[in-house]
Amino acid sequence: MNRRTLLSTVAAATLVTATLGTPAAAQDDPVKVGFIYVGPIGDGGWTYEHNKARLAVEEHFGDKVETVYQESVPEGADAERAITQMALSGADLIFTTSFGYMDPTVNVAAKFPDVKFEHATGFKRADNVAVYSARFYEGRAIQGHIAGKMTETNKIGYIASFPIPEVIRGINSAYIHAKKANPDVEFSIIWAYTWFDPAKESDAARALIENGADVILQHTDSTAPQAAAQEAGDVITFGQASDMAEYAPMPRVSSIIDDWAPYYIQRVEAVIDGTWESTDTWDGIGPGMVGIGEISDAVPEDVKAEALALKDSIANGEYHPFTGPLNKQDGTVWLAEGETAPDGDLLGMDFYVEGLSGDIPN
Amino acid sequence: MIRLERRPQPSRLWTGLTPLLAVLLTMVVGGMMFALLGKPPLEAIRIIFWDPLFHPQFAAYSRPQLLVKASPLILIAIGLSLGFRAGIWNIGAEGQYIMGAICGAGMGLAFYPTTSPLIFPAMVLAGALGGWAWAMIPAVLKVRFGTNEILVSLMLVYVAEALLASVSQKLLRNPEGMGFPGSRNFQQYPAAANTEIIVGTGMHWGVVAAFVAVIFTHVLMTRHIQGFNIRLTGEAPRAARFSGVSPARIIILCLGFGGALAGAAGLFEVSGPAGQITIDFNSGYGFTAIIVAFLGRLHPVGILLAGLLMALTYIGGELAQLMLGLPGASIQLFQGMLLFFLLATDVFTNFRIRVGTTKVA
Amino acid sequence: MDLSSINPALLIASIMISATPILLAALGEMVVEKAGVLNLGVEGMMITGAVVGFATAVSTGSPTLGFMAAALASAVLSLSFGLLTQVMLSNQVATGLGLTLVGLGLSSLIGKPYEGMKSPTLPKLDIPLLGDIPVLGRMLFSHDAMVYISLLLVLAVWAFLKYTRAGLILRAVGESHDAAHALGYKVVRIRLMAIFFGGACAGLGGAYLSLVRVPQWTEGMTSGAGWIALAIVVFASWRAGRVLIGAYLFGGVTVLQLNLQAAGARVPVEILSMSPYLITILVLVIISARGVHGAPASLGRPFHASS
Repeated sequence: MNRRTLLSTVAAATLVTATLGTPAAAQDDPVKVGFIYVGPIGDGGWTYEHNKARLAVEEHFGDKVETVYQESVPEGADAERAITQMALSGADLIFTTSFGYMDPTVNVAAKFPDVKFEHATGFKRADNVAVYSARFYEGRAIQGHIAGKMTETNKIGYIASFPIPEVIRGINSAYIHAKKANPDVEFSIIWAYTWFDPAKESDAARALIENGADVILQHTDSTAPQAAAQEAGDVITFGQASDMAEYAPMPRVSSIIDDWAPYYIQRVEAVIDGTWESTDTWDGIGPGMVGIGEISDAVPEDVKAEALALKDSIANGEYHPFTGPLNKQDGTVWLAEGETAPDGDLLGMDFYVEGLSGDIPN
Repeated sequence: MIRLERRPQPSRLWTGLTPLLAVLLTMVVGGMMFALLGKPPLEAIRIIFWDPLFHPQFAAYSRPQLLVKASPLILIAIGLSLGFRAGIWNIGAEGQYIMGAICGAGMGLAFYPTTSPLIFPAMVLAGALGGWAWAMIPAVLKVRFGTNEILVSLMLVYVAEALLASVSQKLLRNPEGMGFPGSRNFQQYPAAANTEIIVGTGMHWGVVAAFVAVIFTHVLMTRHIQGFNIRLTGEAPRAARFSGVSPARIIILCLGFGGALAGAAGLFEVSGPAGQITIDFNSGYGFTAIIVAFLGRLHPVGILLAGLLMALTYIGGELAQLMLGLPGASIQLFQGMLLFFLLATDVFTNFRIRVGTTKVA
Repeated sequence: MDLSSINPALLIASIMISATPILLAALGEMVVEKAGVLNLGVEGMMITGAVVGFATAVSTGSPTLGFMAAALASAVLSLSFGLLTQVMLSNQVATGLGLTLVGLGLSSLIGKPYEGMKSPTLPKLDIPLLGDIPVLGRMLFSHDAMVYISLLLVLAVWAFLKYTRAGLILRAVGESHDAAHALGYKVVRIRLMAIFFGGACAGLGGAYLSLVRVPQWTEGMTSGAGWIALAIVVFASWRAGRVLIGAYLFGGVTVLQLNLQAAGARVPVEILSMSPYLITILVLVIISARGVHGAPASLGRPFHASS
């Protein structure tokens, strides 16, 4: 094995993909779309939804596309190999669906200039690397409102995964809107340090319930907290990442759904048309990337109506979930009256808003 | 009545034959499994064993990747084999691998963003020392108190994992990483990165170290008095003691050697292919290496081949997932089968099967 | 921080539930190790039990049948380990690791159709009188049947090892298989039975996870519980009573940590999560320093009648 053979092979592969990627060739050959998943497709949450969107792409385009995927790809060295092999197999467009794939995606993209890459939740772009993520905090605002209205103990439990900006945004957004609906509300937050560990999530939910919480919000991906709430009886929960409708109408009263299908279809379309460009997408409820699962009958009619009104105002851009006046936890001013949070603040969020107790571990 | 009779000498014929037989059996049973899953069995097996080496599109990339995937396994397994030959059971290589990565990466990150050419050697040293120190805990406890090293080294894996989670979120976290857990990426820190020595060959310093370790260990075990002492301790502990071999020295030596190699492997991996310290960067190499050590019959050359075979099933398995949509779990099961068949057929190397009535010995 | 919001009775009740899977698995592994066999495949057997138990309970509607099927399936799987290590004389460490690989792969293939389903779960026993005692009733007497079965099993294993002739033979095999063989005991057969029992216990533990504690099936759901069970056996220095303490301690640390967080306390999570293992090492050092060999003397050594 020497340098020349590798380079020539890479060149040959990119040549193949380049011809595949042109609109003319697309009529005969299907566009090949690859997906790299961090978990098993049956995790019922994060990866499950990405895979559902892959199937939606297949259904939408029929013979015009061919999809491939690889599940449970560990972040790090194995990821770079998996992405490279996918590019070598002639994929025209590759979605890498976890934050930890950021550096591997950028590295591989540099070697395959004619393959398009889409990296979820990251912030590093290149000419052939686009990034996309969802404004989950918009959904959290609606959850917070329902939670504030529904709680009787005024204690809301929150199972958080890791202290990263996305999770902190969710906590803040939910808290702000719960507080608006019910000034007496208190949050207790458990950092589980895992995205997916059913047994631990279940224990965390039980601990919160035993400490008096009657609403459980979760930023971890399994349905175990739902099951724990169901067992406890009069506790409500919200589906996370996927609808988790099997726990409706109680304990699951609504959900935040990661709906990647519209975005994936749009991006595949762009590759077929030859109009694909590297973009930075951060979409919310409006474009349909964040879905709000059906609000069940366990929620009183008036609360449901308010929640839906809130959803509409966020969707059409009338209302931003982070609108001032808002102070940081230490009392310093973050946003003045009527001011909305700039995306830069949101992307790097590392503070709680005023009223939340406890510290963010770091 | 079927019974086993121990061969006076391990059979040379069977030593060579059993891996082939095991691979063949795995192909047959694994093929049946693939067929049950509704996938073409012959094609699946061809993709796993043949395509990473000879596929026109993939092989040029996959062949170097075999070295990348196999080198940490070989390096750790070589270190473990020494102890296993002496009857010292270090099964905590995973922990030593993690500690090596933490110490080595910590050394590199402490001097960020230096361009000194000394930084990488210093990191390798720190990595090996970190692994060595972690292995010294079971070694010293065994020498001083007679504490069981299997269990102590295993317990220390969990402790190392908790430490890894802690440093990737606190001490070594990338200050520019937007609060995400994980250290800086060494690929963007050229002086400290373990890059390919010749681009496109997969040959990074860890691969070189693995080859050196294979040769060194082979020479040690066949030519050097310590190698003889190690084998003697394993095969006849009492005889070893009578001939003046200090058990304590052998324990310190074997566990230390294994720990240092595992630690170095961790550093090579974290500064090269993995790129950064993250909560779960370790991905079980320390345990897989135990399997590799046994598949290689604890012999340096055998371990080299076993490491490559293991890497082949990983990479071929990935290709099979990609091309046939095989579930990832079926590859895991396939590897488990391969291991079981290799272990099962090994019996023919050391034993003869006798059919008939038991003769009183 | 408001620690008074932690209700000790509820905390202990939670710990009992959280510890039951690892208690069952550790108890089985202890018997295996007492017979001189080190089976590192607990994780693989547990997850097989989890999926088989769940699938059976869903198909039949009976969690009891689920537990029985789980025990049987894991026990049969463990016999593959038994066959390899006892008959084919393969290395126990490598074979155990292989068993984990096989179990994880197999379980996820079996479990594919059952993802996202709900199963019937075990009802809480309503023990008359005892269940009505304030505090203690909620804490100790309002669990499901498996919690009590696991406690009874601890008692049974303790009595078996201490008072029965069969228990004595099992321990003899674990201490010195050559001596036991010379006395005419069937070493291989006894060890196979111990491995079978260990597999069945691990299967019950796994099924408890998927049928009661979580309850659902998801791939990889044991997430390391089997390895914790191995640690507990060592912590317990191979005694049934201490396995119980160990399981409640190991399970308790996680539950306590989560409860402290829920009550608003700042918790050094890493230090807490590594503490049980450090304590285990300390226990090992103390028993070995006393010169008492806690570990069965033949642990992990292969046995062949001619050698």
